[in-house]
Formats: sequence, structure tokens, C-alpha cells
Amino acid sequence: MTTPDPRGPVLEVEGLRKTFGDVVAVAGVDLTLHAGGALAVVGESGSGKTTVARMIVGLERPAAGRITACGRDRSRPARSARERRRRGGEVQIVFQDPYSSLDPRQSPASAVEEVLRLHTSLDAAGRRGRVAELAGLVGLDERQMAAAPSRLSGGQRQRVAIARALAAEPRVLILDESVAALDVSIQAQVLNVLADVRERTGVAYLFISHDLAVVRQVTDDVVVMRGGAIVERGPTARVLDAPAHPYTRLLRESVPRPGWRPARRALRTGQDDELKESR
Amino acid sequence: MTGITVARRAGAGTIRRAGLGPLGTAAAGVVVVAVVLAVLGPALSPADPNASDFASAYAPPAPGHPLGFDGQGRDLLARLLEGARTSLLGPLLVVALSMAAGTALAIAAAWAGGWLDAAVSAALEVVFAFPGVLLAMLVAAVFGPGLGAAVVALAVAYVPYIARLLRGAALAERGKPYVRALEVQGAGALAICLRHLVPNLLPLIAAQATLFFGYAMVDLAIVSFFGLGVQPPDADWGVMVASGRSGVLQGYPAEALLAGGCVVVLVVAFNVLGERLPGAAGAGGRPWRRTGLRTGRRTGRRGGAA
Repeated sequence: MTTPDPRGPVLEVEGLRKTFGDVVAVAGVDLTLHAGGALAVVGESGSGKTTVARMIVGLERPAAGRITACGRDRSRPARSARERRRRGGEVQIVFQDPYSSLDPRQSPASAVEEVLRLHTSLDAAGRRGRVAELAGLVGLDERQMAAAPSRLSGGQRQRVAIARALAAEPRVLILDESVAALDVSIQAQVLNVLADVRERTGVAYLFISHDLAVVRQVTDDVVVMRGGAIVERGPTARVLDAPAHPYTRLLRESVPRPGWRPARRALRTGQDDELKESR
Repeated sequence: MTGITVARRAGAGTIRRAGLGPLGTAAAGVVVVAVVLAVLGPALSPADPNASDFASAYAPPAPGHPLGFDGQGRDLLARLLEGARTSLLGPLLVVALSMAAGTALAIAAAWAGGWLDAAVSAALEVVFAFPGVLLAMLVAAVFGPGLGAAVVALAVAYVPYIARLLRGAALAERGKPYVRALEVQGAGALAICLRHLVPNLLPLIAAQATLFFGYAMVDLAIVSFFGLGVQPPDADWGVMVASGRSGVLQGYPAEALLAGGCVVVLVVAFNVLGERLPGAAGAGGRPWRRTGLRTGRRTGRRGGAA
């Protein structure tokens, strides 16, 4: 289901391109994310989806193309500290690895508070209150927020990372394989937190994943990437139920289920030609 | 600000849990005793370290003078205690200067990358070419002998070794998601470095500083031995080894042996300790009982991000 928003797109990417030496990682990607929407980017490892995310948050510099968030261009590096902070308040990201996403020497409460000090003018008491609010939003209690990160589980750490990202009150939250490293039961927990957060804050998600089941649960729209380019896009349910592109069909068929047989051999021999022709 | 106190406590706990092992604890004990003796030196001293009495030259231990006298009839224990001060203060200054400069250069290079990284690396390559002791002697020859010149020269000579090691560690730390997250938040580079990068490199910095303290002690003793560091009659272990040489030939090796022994024992202690500190694995020492520290917790890392 697409949710058209009267406020228009919060994130627009046009003709985005990135090369590392001779390797083309991202070859002309266009994306539009509406306020409060949830867009999935799926594709196999090496399809360029993480590189797209890194360019959007400014960790990589695009070779070409345009990135606009909240109506402001961010294709070039920020010139000033103020500009950097403002961009931080527009788009935030939660990374894949829960174990190195927190400073091992900093408690979750202190990490969230640090962001609040950067992005809000709250006084100490106000920040404490907001830390407790954000902790409640992601389902962490006061004891967990005061613990050393090494004492928290992967799921708890990822929820801290979400709370820390939300502390900047971004309009867009990029989730770069953020639940991929978690156990299935913990994954479900974090996905519930994400659904809850979106409902309550109206933040839009750019959800990068290779897990189609998760994508179906969380997102409204999906784009399928292969070899740095988008091969299919549309409402998540339609694309996953009735994929038009052979690569999407292959991705879907690669999901383990009863009677599942790996299709990798098929890709190497016959199907790959079909994929090439269709691009 | 409660969160910050919690974080500090967590850091101290990590260091305690790491454990030094029996040998490491003994080494730490030796270092502590040496530091206490050096600080309390004059108060414990049985005599004036510079008062000479030629009547008691090379005299054996006597009541009130448990180690006897040197060739100029000066009390050996008093001189060893007095020498402990310069022998420890010198390396301390070398380590403080070289660690400060090395850490700053390493982090600046790792953070900025590009031409700054290349320039720092090239400059350090040049300094690498100068052996520390030779540089110290050269500087002492030009600016006049003394502890100050030797300390500065050695500190300069050590910077490349420290900076090279810390640059690698800083580069690894800089790439971690928590640092990237801070960048995306819009935090300033200086704030990220001072509040996050340096504290997380501190175990490595401490281990490295301890090892280099030992090297600095030997190098400064050598410089003093050659008469270009601490100047006689001031007591210093290197000076004492030098002035004890004539005694060795005449069958009175006590002064040279005692001063040399002090250097050896402390250098060994600093090496043993430096290899067993929690940051030692990255500092080139062997990992020692890294219980509870990042073991078996990394199963889900980098599973397939595009």
C-alpha cells in the first residue's frame, strides 16, 4: 500500500552514482520517500544498497546525482558545524552491527543525552525526561539505560541505537540491515518497536534489507536493486506477490520454505542470461 | 549527568577484570615501590648524597650506611635514592611528551586521512631514520649536556613508533559504527575524538606508555653514562654506572652493579607490566587473560551488508 502524503517527499534521490576505482557500486538510482512512509531497498550482498544509505547520510560522497532531504540538497559534504547538525536532524541511520554501534565506555542514557545536547536546547532535567521518554518508546527500562553496553543483548543494543537516532528527531530513519544480525525472536521484538515508533512519531523509514519476510512486514513500498541499479519498484505486497522482474522472482524463490531447493545453480547457468537481457 | 558516571565506572571495571597475572602484579609492585622510594627519597636517605669523605672511599657497609660508599666516599644508598628521582622523572617526561605528540598526530592523521595523513606519515618516516640515543647525543652536543635536552630529543625520536601504532588503532576505531553514528548526528570532529576516540584508545595508550617508559629509562641511562645527560655530581643511575667503572677495575663493583641492577629491575618490571595491561594485545605485547573482554561476542558481525 502506497501512502501518498500531502506534505510530499522527505527524501528524494535522483541519478545517484558511486564508483570505487573501476567498480561501479551504484549506477543511477532514483528513490522517493514520502513523509511517514516506509520504503524498502532489497537486493543481494554487493547490490549497492548499503552504499546508497551511506551516501544519503553523508558517509560517502556521490560521484554523481542529487540527494534532497526535507527540501534541502545534501549531495555535497556539509560546510559548517551548523549545517552538519541540521542534516543530523533530518536523516538518521541505524547500522547493522549491534556490537560496535555503541561506544563501549558510554551508557545508553549518556549516549542518548549526548545527542539531545547536540540537537535540542533542553536543560539537564529536560534531557533526563526526554531520555526516559525515548527509552520507553523503544522498550528499555532505567536499569538497562544505565548499564554498560557490554551488559546488553544485541536486541537491546539495537533498540538503544534506534533511541539514539530518534533523539535527533529526524524525519527519515535509515535502517541498514538493522535487524539482520539478531535472532528471529529478537528481530520480531525490534520490528514491533519500529512499527510502534513510526505510528507514534510519523518518522519515515528507508529500510535496507535482504530479508523479504521482514520487508513485507515493515514497509509499504519496495525497490529491488541488482548490480547497483534498480530493477523493479512498486508497492511491497504487489512486488513480492507478483514480481515482474526475473531477479525479484529469483530473490523470492531463494527464501527457504517447505520443499525449498537452492536455485543458485540455476542462476549461474540458464537464468543469468535471462537476467542480463532484461536489464 | 548520571549516565556519565556510570560509563566511567564501567571503564574501571573492565581494567580490573582484565587481570595482570601473578608476574604482572609483581611487576606493578616493583614499579610502585620504586616510585614511592623516589618520591620519599630524601626523607629516607641516611646521608647527604653529595657529601664526600675520601677517608671512607670504597668503604664496606657500616651501621647507618647499609650499602657502603663509592670511590669518593659518598653514601651509596643515599645516591641510589637520589638517583631514582632523575632516573624515573626523565623517562616520565619523555613518555608524557612523546605520547601526547604521538597520540595527537595519530588521531589527526587517522581522522583527516588524505594529504594530512600522507604528510604526517612522510614526516615520521624521516624521524624514524634517527636512532633515539644518537639524536639525544647530537642534541646534547649542540645545546649543551643536561637532562632537558636529552628528554626532548628522545621524545621526538619515540614519536614515530607511538604514532604509527596508534594511527592504525585510531583508524580501526574511526570506522566503527558508533563513531559513524556520531558523525551522522553532526557532532564535531574534535568532540568525537576527545570524548570517544581517545578514551577508547586509552588502554592501548597506557600499555604503550608503560613499554616506552622502560625503553626511555635505558636510553636516558645510556645518555647519562656518556656524560651528556644528568651531570655529575648529581646522582643518576646512568651517571653512577659511569663513575663506578673505575671501581669495577679496582675490585669495588658495588656502585656500578647496584645502579645498573636498579635500571635492569625497573626496565624488566615496566616491560612485564606493559605486556600485561589490557591494551597490550594491540601494543605488540601478548594478550594476557582477556577474560570478559570482547570474547565470543562477535558472532553476528558484518553478515552481508551490501
